[in-house]
Amino acid sequence: MNQRSRLNLLVVQILIISLLVALFGRLFYLQIAAGSKYRDAALSIQSRDVITPATRGLIVDSYGVPLALNKVGLAITIDRIAIDKQTDKGVAVMQRLSKLLKLHYRDIYQNTRLCGELAKGQRAGCWTGSRYQPIPITKAADPDTALQIVERSDQFPGVDAAPIAIRNYPGLAGVNAAHLLGYVGPLTDIDLAKAQGKSYFRSESIGKSGLEITYDAYLRGVPGIRTLIVDRKEAITAQGSNTAPIPGNHLVTSIDARLQGAVEVALADAISRGRANGNTSDSGAAIVMDIRTGRILAIASYPTYDPNAFEKGLTVQQASDLYSEKKSVPALSRALQGLFAPASTFKSVSVIAAAAAGYNLNATYSCPAEVQVGDRAFQNFESKSQGTMSLKKAIAVSCDTIWYRIAFDEWLRDGGLRPKSKPNDYFFKAAQSFNITQRVGIDLPSESSSRLADRAFKKTWYQRNKDFYCNYNDRATKAQQTPFLLLLAKENCLDGDKIRAGDAVNFAIGQGDTVVTPLKLAQMYAAIGNGGTIWQMLVGKAIVKTDGTVVKTMTPQKLGTLNATPATLNFLHEALREVVVSGTGAGAFAGFPIAVSGKTGTAEVFGRNANGALKDNTSWFASYAPSNKPRYAVVMMVSQGGFGASTSGVGVRKIYETLFGVKGNKIILGAAIFPDGKPPTKLPRISPATKPKESP
Amino acid sequence: MSQIHARARLYRRSRESIFHGFDPVLTAAVALLLAIGTLLVYAATRDWYARNGLDPQYYLKRHAINISIGCLLAYGTTVIDYRLLRAYTPIFWGLGVLGLVAVLIPGLGSTVNGARAWIALPGGFQIQPAELAKIAIIIGMSMLLSERSHDSDEPSSRDVIQALVIAGLPVLLIILQPDMGTSFIIGASVVTIIAVSGAPSRWVAGLLIVAVLGAVVASKTGVISGYQIKRLQTFVNPTADAQGAGYQLRQARIAVGSGGLIGTGLFNGPQTNGRFVPEQQTDFIFTVAGEELGFLGSGFILLLYLIILMRGFSIARRTSDPFGRLVTTGVIAWFAFQLFENIGMTLGLMPMTGVPLPFLSYGGSSMFATLIGFGLLQNVHARSKG
Repeated sequence: MNQRSRLNLLVVQILIISLLVALFGRLFYLQIAAGSKYRDAALSIQSRDVITPATRGLIVDSYGVPLALNKVGLAITIDRIAIDKQTDKGVAVMQRLSKLLKLHYRDIYQNTRLCGELAKGQRAGCWTGSRYQPIPITKAADPDTALQIVERSDQFPGVDAAPIAIRNYPGLAGVNAAHLLGYVGPLTDIDLAKAQGKSYFRSESIGKSGLEITYDAYLRGVPGIRTLIVDRKEAITAQGSNTAPIPGNHLVTSIDARLQGAVEVALADAISRGRANGNTSDSGAAIVMDIRTGRILAIASYPTYDPNAFEKGLTVQQASDLYSEKKSVPALSRALQGLFAPASTFKSVSVIAAAAAGYNLNATYSCPAEVQVGDRAFQNFESKSQGTMSLKKAIAVSCDTIWYRIAFDEWLRDGGLRPKSKPNDYFFKAAQSFNITQRVGIDLPSESSSRLADRAFKKTWYQRNKDFYCNYNDRATKAQQTPFLLLLAKENCLDGDKIRAGDAVNFAIGQGDTVVTPLKLAQMYAAIGNGGTIWQMLVGKAIVKTDGTVVKTMTPQKLGTLNATPATLNFLHEALREVVVSGTGAGAFAGFPIAVSGKTGTAEVFGRNANGALKDNTSWFASYAPSNKPRYAVVMMVSQGGFGASTSGVGVRKIYETLFGVKGNKIILGAAIFPDGKPPTKLPRISPATKPKESP
Repeated sequence: MSQIHARARLYRRSRESIFHGFDPVLTAAVALLLAIGTLLVYAATRDWYARNGLDPQYYLKRHAINISIGCLLAYGTTVIDYRLLRAYTPIFWGLGVLGLVAVLIPGLGSTVNGARAWIALPGGFQIQPAELAKIAIIIGMSMLLSERSHDSDEPSSRDVIQALVIAGLPVLLIILQPDMGTSFIIGASVVTIIAVSGAPSRWVAGLLIVAVLGAVVASKTGVISGYQIKRLQTFVNPTADAQGAGYQLRQARIAVGSGGLIGTGLFNGPQTNGRFVPEQQTDFIFTVAGEELGFLGSGFILLLYLIILMRGFSIARRTSDPFGRLVTTGVIAWFAFQLFENIGMTLGLMPMTGVPLPFLSYGGSSMFATLIGFGLLQNVHARSKG
C-alpha cells in the first residue's frame, strides 16, 4: 500500500467516524435533550381522553333549600365514530332522527361536527368535545321518543338515548333569581383563551354568569378522565389511565329562598303599580341585606328570564330577546349594573355635610317654593312652599329648597367659580366617606362602579368632553343643535371643569351627575342603620364538600367607616324614622306594626324613551328596620317608576311584611323568615330534597 | 511471487475448518444486529397485523427466511475462491445492469414510493436489482484498480476511467428510476474506492466537484423528479408538507424522541403499535428501536455499526492484497453511507430517501446484498493472515 492510499484510508476512516458521532449526537439531542418535548407530541398523537363530567355542586340558601341542583334529563346522543363508518356517513340516520325529534337536519349535522372540522365563522353550534364522546342532540327528550330510538336500533345505528345530568334551577318558593344564580353552558374557545391557569376540559359545562361563574372552580368538580390509546386509523389499541370524577362542592349562600321569592313578587308588583299610575316602569331592582354582617338575604332584578332555558337549548328568539332594548335588556342585572341618580335618598349625605359645616340640626329653616341660585331659580319639589320647619321635618317631607340654600351658601364660601385652594367641600367629603366610587365588592360578576360628581370627576369629565363641547357646531348632530343644548355646550366649554352653583345645589338633593347602583344605596343605608360601618356585600357564605366538610367560608370585609358624629347619626336616625311616621313614607307604611326608617327618592331623568315620550322619574325607597335595633336594610328602585313612596315604598313594605311575618297590620307568630330576629349563622345540612319551610 | 505463495497458503488454511478465519468480533456484531433487527421487524408489524385480522408473524417469518438465505450467501461468499469471484464478476455486473434495465420497462418493474426499483416475482417476492448492482460495482472497480497492465504502484488515469465506466452505467440506470438515495451511496463508495486505490489526487478532487455540480444541475434541470424535489424541500423546511413527506419525517422524529433514555420497552411503543410512522419495518425501522429501546438501545445499535466498520478498516489495513483492500474499503463505505443516510433521515439530518438500514430492515434484496457484503469482509479477512 503506497503512502497516498494509507493516508486516504485514514481520511475515510475519520470521515466515517465523524458521521457516526454526528448520529450519536443527534440521537442524544432527540431522546435526551428534547425528549420530553417529543414525548408530549407523541402523547397528543396517540392518546384520546374521554371526559366523564363531575356532578356539579348544589347552590343552596341559608337553610339548605336548593336554588340550583342537578336533574336527570334524557339525552339523545350521536356516536360520531359509528355514523362515520356508515356508507353515507350517517346522512340517512340523521335525516330520520331530525323527523323524529322535529328538528332541522342542518342543526343535527352542525351539532355533530367537531369545531375543528369546520371553517372559521361557520362553527355556530359545533361540538366542542372530542369524537369519542357521545354528542348530545337534545338533553330533554321525552321518554316515548327515547324508547323509539332504543327499540329501533336498526333504524338508528349510532344513535343512543341515555339519562344525563342537567343543571336545574328548581324555583322553589317561587324563586327565579336568574341574575343571581346565572347559568351553565358548554366551554367555548373564548373561555379557554381566558382560562389563565385554570384547567378546563373540552365538553365540560362551566358557569357562564352569576354565582355559577363566580364559584365555578368550586362547583365544577374534577371530571373523570379515561385515556384511550389509538392508532393511525383512530382504532383503540389500549386503555390508558382511568380516574373517577370528583363531584363539585356545594355553595351555601346567605339568600333565603322564601324571602327571595317574596322580593321578586314585590318588585314585579311595584312595576305593575308604576305602570298602572301611567309610568313606563321599564325595569327595577330590590335588595335585602343584613346590615350587621354585609350579607345579602335577597336580591332581585326586573325584567328577568328563565334560567333553565339555557339547558333546554336556547332558541334564536330567546337569545336575541335577552339583549333586546324593546324588552328592556333582561340580561342586565339592575341591582348591580344599573346606575341611577339617588335623588332625595341622598339627603342623608347632605345631613352629615350640614352637620360637619356647623349647621344647627335642631334649628328651624324656611322651606320656600324656590331659591335664587345665581341667575337661576331652583324650585322646590312640585314648587310648593312649606313654610318654616325643623330640619327633621324637612327630611320627612323632603323639602329641597332648604338644601339648595345650604349648598349654595357653602359653594359661595368655598369660592364659587374661583374655588379656594383648600375648599371645605363638606358635601363632597360627606359623600366620599360613604366610599361611593368603590364597588360594594359583591361576589357576582360585572358590578358597575357608582359615580360621584365631585371636583375630581368634573376635571376628568372636562378633559374627556372639552373638545366636543368647544366645537359643538361641528361635532353635534342636527338634532342636538337646539338653542338650549347650544347654550349648555357653550357653558360646558367655558367652565365645564368647575363645580358651578347649579352642580352644587343639585348634588345636595342627589340629582345631576351623581349616579349609584341599588346595591350601593343599600350599602349606604346599611351603614347609617348600623352606626357607620360600610360592609362589603356578599351572597356566598361557605363552600362545603359533599361529605359536609367546610372547604372555605366567605366573610364580608369592613370597607370603611362613616365620618359622622354619633349626634349626627342619632339625628339622622330620628329623621329617617320621621319619614315613615309622618313624612313621605307614612302612607305606604300606615299601620305597619314594626318600626321602619327610610327615605323616599324621586329622581328626574333627562332624555326620552324610544316612543318619544319624556322619561319618567326613578322611584327609590331606601330603608332599614327595626328602627330601634336595626338589622335589615331594604332598598327598592323602579326605573321610570314615578313617585318613590307609592311605587317603591309600598313594595318595600311588602318585603318587610314577609321578612317579619306581618299579615295586614298584625305580626303572625312564627311567620317571620328569621325566628330569632337574625339570619342563621350555622351552616345547613345540604340535601337536594330540602324543601322551604311552610309559613303558618 | 511471495504474494502467490501467501495466497496459496491462506487458501489451504481456509479449508481446514468451515469457520476458520472468521473474524469473531465482526461476526458477533453482525449476528447481534440480525437478532435485534428480527425483534424490531416483529415489533413493527405484530400489533397492527393482529388487530387487522392478519397473521402477526407474517413479517417475522419472512424476515427469518431472508436472514437464512442471506447467511448461506454470506457463507458462500466467505469461502469462495477469489479467482472464482473475479471470474463471476462480469456475469454479476451484467445481471445487475440487465435487472436495472428491466425495472425501467413498464410492466416488469413496479413502482414503490415514486421509484421504479422493483421486479415482482411469483409468490409475492420482489427483487431490487440496485442492491445487487452495488456488489457488482464494488468488485468490478476493485478488480480494475488493483490489477494493472503497467508497472506502477498506482492506477493510471486509464484504469480510473475504466472503473468509472463500470460504475457509471448502473448508477445512470438507478438515477433513471429515480432512486437518489442508492445513487448517493454508490457514488460515495466509488469516490472512496478511487481515493484508497492510490489514484492521482486530481481524480478524487475532480469527482467530488462533479458530484456537487451534478446534484445542483440535477435539481435545477428536473432530472430529479417532482417527488424528489418535494422530499428535499421538506428536509429544508419540515413544515412545508405537513401531511406528506414532512408528516413522515415529523412522525419519525416524534417516535424516536419519545423513547427517551430507556424507551417504552420492546413491543410496548404506542407510536410503533399505532403505526404513525410509515414504512416502519423497512426504511424507518430505526424509529422502532428509538421508541421501544430508547437512547440506550438505539445507541447500542450505533455502537455495533461502529464496531463493524472499525473491524472493516482493520481488515483493509492488514491485508497485503490491493484487490482485497479495495473490496473491503468499498463495502465499508457502502455500509457507512447507507446507514448514515437511513438513520440520518430518521433523525432529520438527511433528506428523505428510500434506502433500507443494513442488517436491520425488512427486505430480501437488501438483506442478501448486505450479508454478501459481510461475506466479502470475512473472505478478505480470512486471507489476510500471514
